[in-house]
Amino acid sequence: MLSKGLKRKREEEEKEPLAVNAWWLDPGHPAVAQAPPAVASNSLFDLSVLKLHHSLQQSEPDLRHLVLVVNTLRRIQASMAPTAALPPVPSPPAAPSVTDNLLASSDAALSASMASLLEDLSHIEGLSQAPQPLADEGPPGRTIGGAPPSLGALDLLGPATGCLLDDGLEGLFEDIDTSMYDSELWAPASEGLKPGPEDGPGKEEAPELDEAELDYLMDVLVGTQALERPPGPGR
Amino acid sequence: MNHPDESTCGDKADIISTVEFNHTGELLATGDKGGRVVIFQREQESKNQVHRRGEYNVYSTFQSHEPEFDYLKSLEIEEKINKIRWLPQQNAAYFLLSTNDKTVKLWKVSERDKRPEGYNLKDEEGRLRDPATITTLRVPVLRPMDLMVEATPRRVFANAHTYHINSISVNSDYETYMSADDLRINLWNFEITNQSFNIVDIKPANMEELTEVITAAEFHPHHCNTFVYSSSKGTIRLCDMRASALCDRHTKFFEEPEDPSNRSFFSEIISSISDVKFSHSGRYIMTRDYLTVKVWDLNMENRPIETYQVHDYLRSKLCSLYENDCIFDKFECVWNGSDSVIMTGSYNNFFRMFDRNTKRDVTLEASRENSKPRAILKPRKVCVGGKRRKDEISVDSLDFSKKILHTAWHPSENIIAVAATNNLYIFQDKVN
Repeated sequence: MLSKGLKRKREEEEKEPLAVNAWWLDPGHPAVAQAPPAVASNSLFDLSVLKLHHSLQQSEPDLRHLVLVVNTLRRIQASMAPTAALPPVPSPPAAPSVTDNLLASSDAALSASMASLLEDLSHIEGLSQAPQPLADEGPPGRTIGGAPPSLGALDLLGPATGCLLDDGLEGLFEDIDTSMYDSELWAPASEGLKPGPEDGPGKEEAPELDEAELDYLMDVLVGTQALERPPGPGR
Repeated sequence: MNHPDESTCGDKADIISTVEFNHTGELLATGDKGGRVVIFQREQESKNQVHRRGEYNVYSTFQSHEPEFDYLKSLEIEEKINKIRWLPQQNAAYFLLSTNDKTVKLWKVSERDKRPEGYNLKDEEGRLRDPATITTLRVPVLRPMDLMVEATPRRVFANAHTYHINSISVNSDYETYMSADDLRINLWNFEITNQSFNIVDIKPANMEELTEVITAAEFHPHHCNTFVYSSSKGTIRLCDMRASALCDRHTKFFEEPEDPSNRSFFSEIISSISDVKFSHSGRYIMTRDYLTVKVWDLNMENRPIETYQVHDYLRSKLCSLYENDCIFDKFECVWNGSDSVIMTGSYNNFFRMFDRNTKRDVTLEASRENSKPRAILKPRKVCVGGKRRKDEISVDSLDFSKKILHTAWHPSENIIAVAATNNLYIFQDKVN
């Protein structure tokens, strides 16, 4: 049984956080062998973040699964840093109208809300290592390992927002010079993206997006993009 | 009696996703992942074949739902049948509702076993006869023909659900029914397909505040104004449609306080209710969460009157079950006809029955390897540690891919239907 209220520093996350015997981590164990291949991670937090990532990547996430994972993640987060004052969750400006225009109401708003939740998480001190890529995980060829520590959670903003904007995204940024960012984040939009707060909205694709919404989306992408940049001239 | 459906061919489309007896128990419907409905009919008892009493044979098979593509959202809508509910029989035909994630359909299943012969104006092949050649008048007679069962879609109730439909329930007025998705419940009139009334909406104005979804819903068996719905947080709300048009405020709220000694990070997930069922009497509701089945008295909201442990040995394995997503499995539960026994499924093709009166319980297994047709099922036991007896199975050997999520109990007799992946098992009390 997991003990509640265990206050651990993130750096100590290497230790098995669970109080029960870790028979399921023993690859030779028959029951483990039966289980599908799992990520090699000791941390429940990482596992939950990975599940959230995976869930958000679905074109139509299972809402129950998503809500339960998010709530569990919140519990874990609260137990890890109970005194940390979480920054106020930025509410996506007029997110509902974004969704009405681009997708049916649930998906975009939910993705935006998950995105902001994940932004929360990025403020937690000492985030763990980025989750190791799963064999069946995400867009093929996308590497996560070796990224800076805070990539773990924010990186997940990428696909989430990618799902959010989907077709609208390409039109949004088609006139942006993306040569600086050799990113595979948006697999279909192969020209990649370049941050630019002044870049105008893609009027063709989403004529009714207002500037405030786009600024928010741009911030999200800018934040992600900055981390995706290979080490080199720092920002 | 072991009556498997079809051979295990590994085809995912054959995975049974719902099982339901009709109100007399004469028919048993199954829905599968491929959108098909298969209806079994119980054989009439005959003096000549005593030991074939009450076998179920295939009566009708039809494709209820097809995969659809939502072009606006660029995603495919699964054809998997989530639920089937029968309407009470009012004439010679049978009616049932079947639903996938987005669309509910009303199907009429009717028989034809006679056809008229001896027309005056047509010959036997159906060609019109020259009236000048007709010199006599005869009355056409109905002659038997090979039984033909046809299923026709009579109504399609579409475009009312943004989220995935998890439940449908026919009202006791037999004029309306409800469909529930993750965030909303709609009320339909059987005759009207182009609109439905929204009676519950728990979608927050700001989706960031979403913390709870609807997991199941059902009408009271006798009071047509009353229904319940369960949530992912382990709560049940009872609503009265007479109180207001939008039943966002419940009449009763059922929740058991959390046991502090059992609290863990997974407390909420395992408290999520996967099924809720009224007793036939209408006095109780039964809920299934990940580890238990609970019986609630409608007059007591603060805790259930009975709690049954389905597989408590999994409590120490929750992290692993979270990792492989098994902790999110949604098991159903059913009452027997007299509300004295309840049944639910588990892993390793096990299912459990609890006698509410004697407090005895039994674990049985639905598998071909372990039971032959007409053999008596042997009770199974899971060993949780220490010495394992000869017939026991250790927790670590359980096969978590063999889950019994869907079961059904005949409305008046001790006949049960158990769906084990893509096989259907029908068991009944031994005939003396």
